[in-house]
Amino acid sequence: MLEALIIAAEEKPNPLLPAWYDIVYSIIPFLLVLLLFWKVVLPRMQATLDERSARIEGGIKQAETAQAEAKAALEEYNKLLAEARAEAAKIREQARVDGGAILAELKEQASAEAARITATAQQQIEAERQAALVTLRAEVGSLALDLASGVIGESLADDARATALVDRFLADLETSEKAAK
Amino acid sequence: MLVRLVIVALLVLVFWLGTRNMKLVPGRFQGTVEMGLDFVRVSIAEDLLGKKDGRRFLPLLTTIFFLVLFLNLTGIIPGINIAGTSVIGLPLVLAAASYIAFIYAGLRKHPGAFLRNALFPPGVPWPLYLIVTPIEFVSMFILRPVTLTLRLLMNMVVGHLLLVLFFSASAFFMTDLGGGWILAGVGTQLFGIAFTFFEILVSLLQAYVFTLLTAVYLQLALAEEH
Repeated sequence: MLEALIIAAEEKPNPLLPAWYDIVYSIIPFLLVLLLFWKVVLPRMQATLDERSARIEGGIKQAETAQAEAKAALEEYNKLLAEARAEAAKIREQARVDGGAILAELKEQASAEAARITATAQQQIEAERQAALVTLRAEVGSLALDLASGVIGESLADDARATALVDRFLADLETSEKAAK
Repeated sequence: MLVRLVIVALLVLVFWLGTRNMKLVPGRFQGTVEMGLDFVRVSIAEDLLGKKDGRRFLPLLTTIFFLVLFLNLTGIIPGINIAGTSVIGLPLVLAAASYIAFIYAGLRKHPGAFLRNALFPPGVPWPLYLIVTPIEFVSMFILRPVTLTLRLLMNMVVGHLLLVLFFSASAFFMTDLGGGWILAGVGTQLFGIAFTFFEILVSLLQAYVFTLLTAVYLQLALAEEH
């Protein structure tokens, strides 16, 4: 610059007419900077921009995939849920049917048991009645014989006839009783 | 002249370092560098030339923009104080580059038709060619590079002269005259500072205008119809 100023001061050249070294010192920086941007800076910049947009597009694609997957999963889930509901309904229905069957069976068993118990009880009652009847017959017979012995003043105990008499009397009593029923 | 080489070294350094280790998520320095590159790429190249041609001529446009910007700004850096673009060589070289680029682009895109369309615009009644053709010739092949050169050169020369005037006037008022003249010196000093900021604006603007005009010339040369 200083050199240029000195020359300018000495020669007072037209500022619109460039000196040769001015052109040379202009071309060199121009070419240097052109080369810099052309071969180094702009390719790097372009690479970064491409990478960035690729990353963004990749991200969008990834998001779309994820969304599709989520949707599929949701559908699957809903299907499973519906299946599970149907299954549950079926099980419930089955359980109701089974429950009815079990109830009926239990009722049947219970009534059978009741019938059995009733029958046993009747048999027992019958048996006890028979036993009571036999005992009663024996006691009533001996009581009657004692009473009769007392009345007639002699023992009728060993008499076979007396036994036959009592039996006949009781038989008569039974028949009259049956007739009365 | 040495200033230019120093500044070019600085420019190389900034952009080399700024793009050496590019990350997808830029840091501050890389972000600033990217912002500068994006300004040329998006608002000049792609805006005017479209994506495809914009990319083709991006190296040239970026070079012009940053070279002019950096060398303009040397005009206000203390110790340098003269814009690298305020001597005619650089504006002339850049204008020549722009000139060669748009003629090359036109000839490449429309071989044969480019010059005819440029000199004899279609759709003009033929007698008018007597007037239109010389005007077109002068405007396209002479005035374009000359205006590019002179616009930049004169802006920077005048800016430099203004600053020189203000600061040497301040020095003169304050040290040589003294007394009441110091007030005047303060005034000129303030104006000098204000115009320093103005020079920053002018530097940016001239870099932008030079690049934009180159892009416009390229666009006109590449356009289907003139």
